[in-house]
Amino acid sequence: MEHETRRGALKCMLWAGTGILWTVSGGIPRSSLLGDAHAAESGDLSFMQISDSHIGFANPPNTDVGGTLKEAVAAVAAQKGRAALLIHTGDVSHLSRAAQFDTAEQIIAGAGLETHYVPGEHDVLEDDGKTFFERFTKGAQHGWYSFDQQGVHFIGLNNVQNLKAGGLGYLGAEQLEWLERDLKGRPASQPIVVFAHIPLWAVYDQWGWGTDDGAQALTYLKRFGSVTVLNGHIHQVMQKVEGTVAFHTARSTAFPQPAPGSAPSPGPIKDVPADKLRSLLGVASIRQVQGKAPLAIVDTPLSA
Amino acid sequence: MPMRRTLLAGLLLGAISLAGAAAQTDDAAVTIDNFTFTPAEITISAGTKVIWTNRDDIPHTVTDAANPKDYKSKPLDTGDTFSHVFDKAGTYKYFCSLHPHMQGTVVVR
Repeated sequence: MEHETRRGALKCMLWAGTGILWTVSGGIPRSSLLGDAHAAESGDLSFMQISDSHIGFANPPNTDVGGTLKEAVAAVAAQKGRAALLIHTGDVSHLSRAAQFDTAEQIIAGAGLETHYVPGEHDVLEDDGKTFFERFTKGAQHGWYSFDQQGVHFIGLNNVQNLKAGGLGYLGAEQLEWLERDLKGRPASQPIVVFAHIPLWAVYDQWGWGTDDGAQALTYLKRFGSVTVLNGHIHQVMQKVEGTVAFHTARSTAFPQPAPGSAPSPGPIKDVPADKLRSLLGVASIRQVQGKAPLAIVDTPLSA
Repeated sequence: MPMRRTLLAGLLLGAISLAGAAAQTDDAAVTIDNFTFTPAEITISAGTKVIWTNRDDIPHTVTDAANPKDYKSKPLDTGDTFSHVFDKAGTYKYFCSLHPHMQGTVVVR
Protein backbone atom coordinates (compact mmCIF):
# COMPACT_ATOMS: atom_id res chain seq x y z
CA MET A 1 0.00 0.00 0.00
CA GLU A 2 2.75 2.39 1.09
CA HIS A 3 4.59 1.33 -2.03
CA GLU A 4 1.71 2.48 -4.20
CA THR A 5 1.34 5.79 -2.38
CA ARG A 6 4.99 6.62 -2.78
CA ARG A 7 4.90 5.75 -6.43
CA GLY A 8 1.91 8.05 -6.85
CA ALA A 9 3.70 10.87 -5.11
CA LEU A 10 6.73 10.32 -7.27
CA LYS A 11 4.66 10.60 -10.41
CA CYS A 12 3.21 13.93 -9.29
CA MET A 13 6.60 15.41 -8.59
CA LEU A 14 7.94 14.12 -11.83
CA TRP A 15 5.50 16.23 -13.78
CA ALA A 16 6.12 19.23 -11.57
CA GLY A 17 9.65 19.23 -12.94
CA THR A 18 11.38 20.02 -9.68
CA GLY A 19 14.48 18.31 -8.32
CA ILE A 20 13.69 14.89 -6.94
CA LEU A 21 15.74 12.64 -4.78
CA TRP A 22 15.16 9.12 -5.92
CA THR A 23 16.16 6.14 -3.85
CA VAL A 24 15.44 2.48 -4.26
CA SER A 25 15.70 0.36 -1.18
CA GLY A 26 15.10 -3.36 -1.44
CA GLY A 27 12.99 -2.78 -4.54
CA ILE A 28 10.78 -0.23 -2.80
CA PRO A 29 10.92 3.18 -4.45
CA ARG A 30 11.21 6.13 -2.12
CA SER A 31 11.13 9.71 -3.18
CA SER A 32 11.68 12.98 -1.43
CA LEU A 33 12.24 16.54 -2.47
CA LEU A 34 15.68 18.04 -2.72
CA GLY A 35 16.90 19.33 0.61
CA ASP A 36 15.20 16.55 2.56
CA ALA A 37 17.39 15.12 5.31
CA HIS A 38 17.57 11.82 3.47
CA ALA A 39 19.09 13.58 0.49
CA ALA A 40 22.01 14.77 2.55
CA GLU A 41 23.11 11.25 3.39
CA SER A 42 26.39 10.47 1.76
CA GLY A 43 27.48 7.07 0.58
CA ASP A 44 30.41 5.22 -0.86
CA LEU A 45 29.94 6.14 -4.48
CA SER A 46 28.37 9.03 -6.28
CA PHE A 47 28.57 9.99 -9.94
CA MET A 48 26.96 12.42 -12.38
CA GLN A 49 25.11 12.07 -15.67
CA ILE A 50 24.67 14.43 -18.61
CA SER A 51 22.99 13.58 -21.91
CA ASP A 52 22.03 14.70 -25.39
CA SER A 53 24.35 17.69 -25.77
CA HIS A 54 23.70 17.73 -29.56
CA ILE A 55 26.68 19.98 -30.36
CA GLY A 56 25.98 21.30 -33.87
CA PHE A 57 22.23 21.83 -33.38
CA ALA A 58 21.41 25.51 -33.97
CA ASN A 59 17.62 25.79 -34.29
CA PRO A 60 14.84 27.00 -31.99
CA PRO A 61 14.56 26.73 -29.07
CA ASN A 62 18.35 26.75 -28.58
CA THR A 63 20.85 28.30 -30.97
CA ASP A 64 23.67 28.05 -28.42
CA VAL A 65 23.91 24.41 -27.38
CA GLY A 66 27.61 24.91 -26.63
CA GLY A 67 26.62 27.57 -24.10
CA THR A 68 24.04 25.40 -22.34
CA LEU A 69 26.47 22.44 -22.29
CA LYS A 70 28.99 24.74 -20.58
CA GLU A 71 26.33 25.66 -18.00
CA ALA A 72 25.52 21.99 -17.45
CA VAL A 73 29.21 21.15 -17.00
CA ALA A 74 29.53 24.05 -14.54
CA ALA A 75 26.54 22.59 -12.65
CA VAL A 76 28.27 19.21 -12.60
CA ALA A 77 31.49 20.79 -11.30
CA ALA A 78 29.55 22.65 -8.61
CA GLN A 79 27.56 19.61 -7.46
CA LYS A 80 30.11 16.88 -7.89
CA GLY A 81 31.37 16.75 -4.31
CA ARG A 82 33.16 13.43 -4.12
CA ALA A 83 31.66 12.12 -7.37
CA ALA A 84 33.89 9.47 -8.91
CA LEU A 85 32.93 9.90 -12.55
CA LEU A 86 30.64 11.41 -15.16
CA ILE A 87 28.48 9.51 -17.62
CA HIS A 88 27.30 10.88 -20.97
CA THR A 89 24.38 8.89 -22.34
CA GLY A 90 24.83 9.82 -25.99
CA ASP A 91 24.01 12.28 -28.75
CA VAL A 92 27.19 14.11 -27.86
CA SER A 93 27.03 15.65 -31.36
CA HIS A 94 24.19 16.47 -33.72
CA LEU A 95 25.79 15.25 -36.96
CA SER A 96 28.83 13.12 -35.95
CA ARG A 97 31.28 15.75 -37.21
CA ALA A 98 34.83 15.76 -35.85
CA ALA A 99 34.58 19.47 -34.97
CA GLN A 100 31.39 18.82 -32.98
CA PHE A 101 33.09 15.99 -31.07
CA ASP A 102 36.07 18.31 -30.41
CA THR A 103 33.90 21.08 -29.02
CA ALA A 104 31.94 18.68 -26.79
CA GLU A 105 35.06 16.97 -25.47
CA GLN A 106 36.72 20.28 -24.61
CA ILE A 107 33.67 21.62 -22.77
CA ILE A 108 33.04 18.36 -20.88
CA ALA A 109 36.69 18.26 -19.75
CA GLY A 110 35.76 21.32 -17.64
CA ALA A 111 33.87 19.03 -15.24
CA GLY A 112 37.17 17.64 -14.05
CA LEU A 113 35.74 14.11 -13.94
CA GLU A 114 36.66 10.92 -15.72
CA THR A 115 33.89 10.62 -18.33
CA HIS A 116 32.36 7.47 -19.79
CA TYR A 117 30.31 7.74 -22.98
CA VAL A 118 27.87 5.61 -24.95
CA PRO A 119 26.80 6.57 -28.48
CA GLY A 120 23.50 8.12 -29.49
CA GLU A 121 22.17 7.68 -33.03
CA HIS A 122 23.46 11.18 -33.88
CA ASP A 123 27.03 10.09 -33.02
CA VAL A 124 27.28 7.19 -35.45
CA LEU A 125 26.03 8.81 -38.67
CA GLU A 126 29.37 8.34 -40.46
CA ASP A 127 31.85 5.44 -40.73
CA ASP A 128 29.58 3.11 -38.75
CA GLY A 129 30.53 5.12 -35.69
CA LYS A 130 34.29 4.48 -35.91
CA THR A 131 35.16 8.12 -35.26
CA PHE A 132 33.04 8.15 -32.12
CA PHE A 133 34.34 4.83 -30.79
CA GLU A 134 38.00 5.78 -31.33
CA ARG A 135 37.53 8.99 -29.40
CA PHE A 136 34.92 8.24 -26.75
CA THR A 137 34.87 4.50 -26.05
CA LYS A 138 38.56 3.78 -26.42
CA GLY A 139 39.15 0.06 -26.47
CA ALA A 140 35.49 -0.72 -27.11
CA GLN A 141 35.24 -0.91 -30.88
CA HIS A 142 31.46 -1.41 -30.90
CA GLY A 143 30.70 1.06 -28.14
CA TRP A 144 29.77 -1.42 -25.39
CA TYR A 145 31.97 -2.10 -22.36
CA SER A 146 31.94 -2.54 -18.59
CA PHE A 147 34.06 -1.52 -15.62
CA ASP A 148 33.95 -1.58 -11.82
CA GLN A 149 34.03 1.45 -9.60
CA GLN A 150 34.04 1.14 -5.80
CA GLY A 151 32.24 -2.20 -5.91
CA VAL A 152 29.58 -1.05 -8.39
CA HIS A 153 29.56 -2.71 -11.81
CA PHE A 154 28.96 -0.27 -14.68
CA ILE A 155 27.82 -1.48 -18.11
CA GLY A 156 27.70 0.84 -21.14
CA LEU A 157 25.54 -0.43 -24.00
CA ASN A 158 25.08 0.61 -27.64
CA ASN A 159 21.44 0.37 -28.80
CA VAL A 160 21.58 2.88 -31.66
CA GLN A 161 22.99 0.90 -34.62
CA ASN A 162 21.63 -1.59 -37.16
CA LEU A 163 18.10 -0.47 -36.37
CA LYS A 164 15.41 -2.43 -38.19
CA ALA A 165 12.64 -0.90 -40.31
CA GLY A 166 9.60 -0.41 -38.10
CA GLY A 167 11.66 -1.22 -35.00
CA LEU A 168 13.03 0.54 -31.92
CA GLY A 169 16.49 0.69 -30.37
CA TYR A 170 18.47 -2.49 -30.94
CA LEU A 171 21.24 -4.31 -29.08
CA GLY A 172 21.73 -7.34 -31.31
CA ALA A 173 22.77 -10.94 -30.62
CA GLU A 174 26.51 -10.25 -30.32
CA GLN A 175 26.06 -7.57 -27.67
CA LEU A 176 23.49 -9.63 -25.74
CA GLU A 177 25.89 -12.60 -25.64
CA TRP A 178 28.62 -10.30 -24.39
CA LEU A 179 26.29 -8.94 -21.69
CA GLU A 180 25.32 -12.42 -20.52
CA ARG A 181 29.00 -13.40 -20.25
CA ASP A 182 29.88 -10.13 -18.52
CA LEU A 183 27.30 -10.74 -15.78
CA LYS A 184 27.98 -14.45 -15.32
CA GLY A 185 29.47 -15.34 -11.95
CA ARG A 186 28.90 -11.91 -10.40
CA PRO A 187 27.28 -11.99 -6.96
CA ALA A 188 23.63 -10.96 -6.99
CA SER A 189 24.47 -8.48 -4.24
CA GLN A 190 26.72 -6.37 -6.47
CA PRO A 191 24.98 -3.12 -7.48
CA ILE A 192 24.70 -2.77 -11.26
CA VAL A 193 24.44 0.44 -13.26
CA VAL A 194 23.51 0.07 -16.94
CA PHE A 195 23.73 3.10 -19.21
CA ALA A 196 22.62 3.35 -22.84
CA HIS A 197 21.20 6.07 -25.07
CA ILE A 198 17.70 4.88 -26.04
CA PRO A 199 15.53 3.78 -23.11
CA LEU A 200 15.80 0.02 -22.53
CA TRP A 201 12.15 -0.03 -21.41
CA ALA A 202 9.10 0.72 -23.54
CA VAL A 203 8.48 4.43 -22.96
CA TYR A 204 6.49 5.09 -26.14
CA ASP A 205 6.81 2.70 -29.08
CA GLN A 206 4.97 5.00 -31.50
CA TRP A 207 7.93 7.40 -31.31
CA GLY A 208 10.52 4.64 -31.21
CA TRP A 209 11.21 5.25 -27.51
CA GLY A 210 12.19 1.76 -26.44
CA THR A 211 14.56 -1.07 -27.34
CA ASP A 212 13.45 -4.09 -29.38
CA ASP A 213 15.57 -6.59 -27.46
CA GLY A 214 15.79 -4.62 -24.19
CA ALA A 215 13.65 -7.22 -22.41
CA GLN A 216 16.24 -9.88 -23.23
CA ALA A 217 18.97 -7.76 -21.62
CA LEU A 218 16.81 -7.29 -18.54
CA THR A 219 16.38 -11.05 -18.04
CA TYR A 220 20.15 -11.24 -17.40
CA LEU A 221 19.84 -8.49 -14.80
CA LYS A 222 16.82 -9.88 -12.94
CA ARG A 223 18.74 -11.81 -10.30
CA PHE A 224 20.63 -8.75 -9.06
CA GLY A 225 19.42 -6.93 -5.95
CA SER A 226 20.07 -3.42 -7.22
CA VAL A 227 19.97 -2.45 -10.87
CA THR A 228 19.82 1.12 -12.13
CA VAL A 229 19.25 1.75 -15.83
CA LEU A 230 20.21 5.25 -17.01
CA ASN A 231 19.14 6.48 -20.45
CA GLY A 232 18.86 9.67 -22.50
CA HIS A 233 17.33 10.17 -25.96
CA ILE A 234 13.91 11.47 -24.90
CA HIS A 235 15.16 14.80 -23.47
CA GLN A 236 13.01 14.68 -20.32
CA VAL A 237 13.00 12.99 -16.95
CA MET A 238 11.03 9.76 -16.70
CA GLN A 239 11.34 7.00 -14.18
CA LYS A 240 9.90 3.64 -13.41
CA VAL A 241 10.63 0.78 -11.05
CA GLU A 242 10.14 -2.88 -11.87
CA GLY A 243 11.14 -5.25 -9.09
CA THR A 244 14.75 -4.42 -8.25
CA VAL A 245 15.32 -2.47 -11.46
CA ALA A 246 15.02 1.33 -11.46
CA PHE A 247 14.79 3.02 -14.85
CA HIS A 248 15.63 6.67 -15.28
CA THR A 249 16.05 9.03 -18.24
CA ALA A 250 17.96 12.32 -18.05
CA ARG A 251 17.20 15.76 -19.39
CA SER A 252 19.13 17.01 -22.40
CA THR A 253 21.62 19.85 -22.11
CA ALA A 254 20.45 21.16 -25.53
CA PHE A 255 16.66 21.18 -26.06
CA PRO A 256 13.51 19.61 -24.58
CA GLN A 257 11.27 17.12 -26.39
CA PRO A 258 7.53 16.73 -25.81
CA ALA A 259 5.91 14.27 -23.43
CA PRO A 260 4.93 11.04 -25.22
CA GLY A 261 2.06 11.55 -27.63
CA SER A 262 1.57 15.22 -26.65
CA ALA A 263 2.79 16.59 -30.02
CA PRO A 264 2.66 15.51 -33.68
CA SER A 265 6.27 14.28 -33.46
CA PRO A 266 9.11 13.78 -30.98
CA GLY A 267 11.02 16.74 -32.49
CA PRO A 268 12.33 19.64 -30.36
CA ILE A 269 9.79 21.79 -28.51
CA LYS A 270 10.45 24.98 -30.48
CA ASP A 271 8.27 27.57 -28.79
CA VAL A 272 9.94 27.58 -25.38
CA PRO A 273 10.30 31.13 -24.03
CA ALA A 274 13.99 32.00 -23.64
CA ASP A 275 13.63 32.44 -19.87
CA LYS A 276 12.04 28.98 -19.52
CA LEU A 277 14.52 26.99 -21.60
CA ARG A 278 16.94 26.28 -18.78
CA SER A 279 14.20 24.85 -16.59
CA LEU A 280 13.83 22.10 -19.20
CA LEU A 281 17.55 21.29 -19.50
CA GLY A 282 19.69 19.79 -16.78
CA VAL A 283 22.02 17.29 -15.20
CA ALA A 284 21.58 14.28 -12.94
CA SER A 285 23.52 13.32 -9.86
CA ILE A 286 23.51 9.68 -8.77
CA ARG A 287 24.41 8.64 -5.26
CA GLN A 288 24.96 5.25 -3.79
CA VAL A 289 23.72 5.53 -0.28
CA GLN A 290 25.63 3.08 1.85
CA GLY A 291 23.72 0.28 3.51
CA LYS A 292 19.98 0.69 3.22
CA ALA A 293 19.27 2.51 -0.04
CA PRO A 294 21.55 1.48 -2.90
CA LEU A 295 21.06 4.38 -5.29
CA ALA A 296 19.60 7.82 -5.31
CA ILE A 297 19.18 10.09 -8.30
CA VAL A 298 18.74 13.83 -8.15
CA ASP A 299 17.74 15.65 -11.32
CA THR A 300 18.60 19.30 -11.38
CA PRO A 301 17.43 21.72 -14.07
CA LEU A 302 19.90 24.41 -15.16
CA SER A 303 17.53 26.98 -13.65
CA ALA A 304 14.16 27.03 -11.89
CA MET B 1 21.83 14.11 -98.09
CA PRO B 2 23.03 17.15 -96.11
CA MET B 3 19.41 18.30 -95.85
CA ARG B 4 18.31 14.95 -94.43
CA ARG B 5 21.18 14.88 -91.95
CA THR B 6 20.27 18.34 -90.68
CA LEU B 7 16.64 17.34 -90.38
CA LEU B 8 17.57 14.18 -88.49
CA ALA B 9 19.86 16.11 -86.17
CA GLY B 10 17.09 18.60 -85.54
CA LEU B 11 14.62 15.85 -84.76
CA LEU B 12 17.09 14.20 -82.39
CA LEU B 13 17.76 17.47 -80.57
CA GLY B 14 14.03 17.98 -80.21
CA ALA B 15 13.61 14.51 -78.78
CA ILE B 16 16.43 15.05 -76.28
CA SER B 17 15.11 18.37 -75.02
CA LEU B 18 11.62 16.90 -74.72
CA ALA B 19 13.00 13.97 -72.72
CA GLY B 20 14.91 16.40 -70.49
CA ALA B 21 11.82 18.42 -69.73
CA ALA B 22 9.78 15.28 -69.18
CA ALA B 23 12.30 13.86 -66.66
CA GLN B 24 11.99 16.99 -64.53
CA THR B 25 8.23 17.20 -64.45
CA ASP B 26 7.98 13.47 -63.82
CA ASP B 27 10.20 13.50 -60.72
CA ALA B 28 8.30 12.37 -57.67
CA ALA B 29 8.65 14.32 -54.43
CA VAL B 30 8.50 13.03 -50.86
CA THR B 31 8.87 15.41 -47.93
CA ILE B 32 9.87 14.68 -44.36
CA ASP B 33 7.93 16.68 -41.77
CA ASN B 34 7.34 15.77 -38.13
CA PHE B 35 9.21 12.47 -38.43
CA THR B 36 6.88 11.36 -41.24
CA PHE B 37 7.42 10.60 -44.94
CA THR B 38 4.69 12.34 -46.97
CA PRO B 39 3.13 10.79 -48.93
CA ALA B 40 3.82 7.55 -47.08
CA GLU B 41 3.21 5.63 -50.29
CA ILE B 42 3.79 6.86 -53.83
CA THR B 43 3.14 5.12 -57.14
CA ILE B 44 5.48 5.93 -60.03
CA SER B 45 6.37 4.54 -63.44
CA ALA B 46 9.67 2.73 -63.97
CA GLY B 47 12.62 5.08 -64.52
CA THR B 48 11.19 7.84 -62.31
CA LYS B 49 13.44 9.71 -59.94
CA VAL B 50 12.15 10.14 -56.38
CA ILE B 51 13.45 13.18 -54.48
CA TRP B 52 13.18 13.29 -50.68
CA THR B 53 13.49 16.61 -48.84
CA ASN B 54 14.01 16.81 -45.08
CA ARG B 55 12.08 19.74 -43.60
CA ASP B 56 12.60 18.70 -39.95
CA ASP B 57 15.13 20.25 -37.56
CA ILE B 58 16.41 16.75 -36.86
CA PRO B 59 18.47 14.75 -39.37
CA HIS B 60 16.91 11.73 -41.05
CA THR B 61 18.00 9.16 -43.63
CA VAL B 62 16.27 7.40 -46.50
CA THR B 63 17.32 3.76 -46.27
CA ASP B 64 16.26 0.77 -48.36
CA ALA B 65 14.46 -1.74 -46.10
CA ALA B 66 15.51 -4.66 -48.33
CA ASN B 67 18.49 -6.85 -47.56
CA PRO B 68 21.01 -6.29 -49.08
CA LYS B 69 20.36 -2.57 -49.33
CA ASP B 70 20.21 -1.02 -52.77
CA TYR B 71 20.51 2.56 -51.52
CA LYS B 72 21.02 4.55 -48.33
CA SER B 73 21.21 8.32 -48.12
CA LYS B 74 23.74 10.28 -46.11
CA PRO B 75 22.18 11.87 -43.03
CA LEU B 76 19.95 14.63 -44.36
CA ASP B 77 20.14 17.82 -42.34
CA THR B 78 17.39 20.45 -42.54
CA GLY B 79 16.71 21.27 -46.21
CA ASP B 80 18.94 18.50 -47.59
CA THR B 81 17.64 16.27 -50.38
CA PHE B 82 18.32 12.75 -51.60
CA SER B 83 17.23 11.15 -54.86
CA HIS B 84 17.02 7.65 -56.24
CA VAL B 85 15.82 6.36 -59.63
CA PHE B 86 13.62 3.26 -59.54
CA ASP B 87 14.17 1.30 -62.77
CA LYS B 88 12.13 -1.85 -62.22
CA ALA B 89 8.51 -2.51 -61.37
CA GLY B 90 7.87 -3.64 -57.81
CA THR B 91 7.05 -2.51 -54.29
CA TYR B 92 9.95 -0.94 -52.41
CA LYS B 93 9.86 -0.25 -48.69
CA TYR B 94 12.26 2.19 -47.08
CA PHE B 95 12.76 3.73 -43.61
CA CYS B 96 14.84 6.21 -41.62
CA SER B 97 17.78 4.34 -40.11
CA LEU B 98 17.90 6.82 -37.22
CA HIS B 99 14.19 6.69 -36.41
CA PRO B 100 13.10 3.31 -37.77
CA HIS B 101 9.43 3.87 -36.92
CA MET B 102 9.48 6.26 -39.92
CA GLN B 103 8.61 4.14 -42.95
CA GLY B 104 7.54 4.69 -46.54
CA THR B 105 6.76 2.74 -49.71
CA VAL B 106 7.49 3.32 -53.40
CA VAL B 107 5.32 1.34 -55.83
CA VAL B 108 6.85 1.18 -59.33
CA ARG B 109 4.52 0.25 -62.19
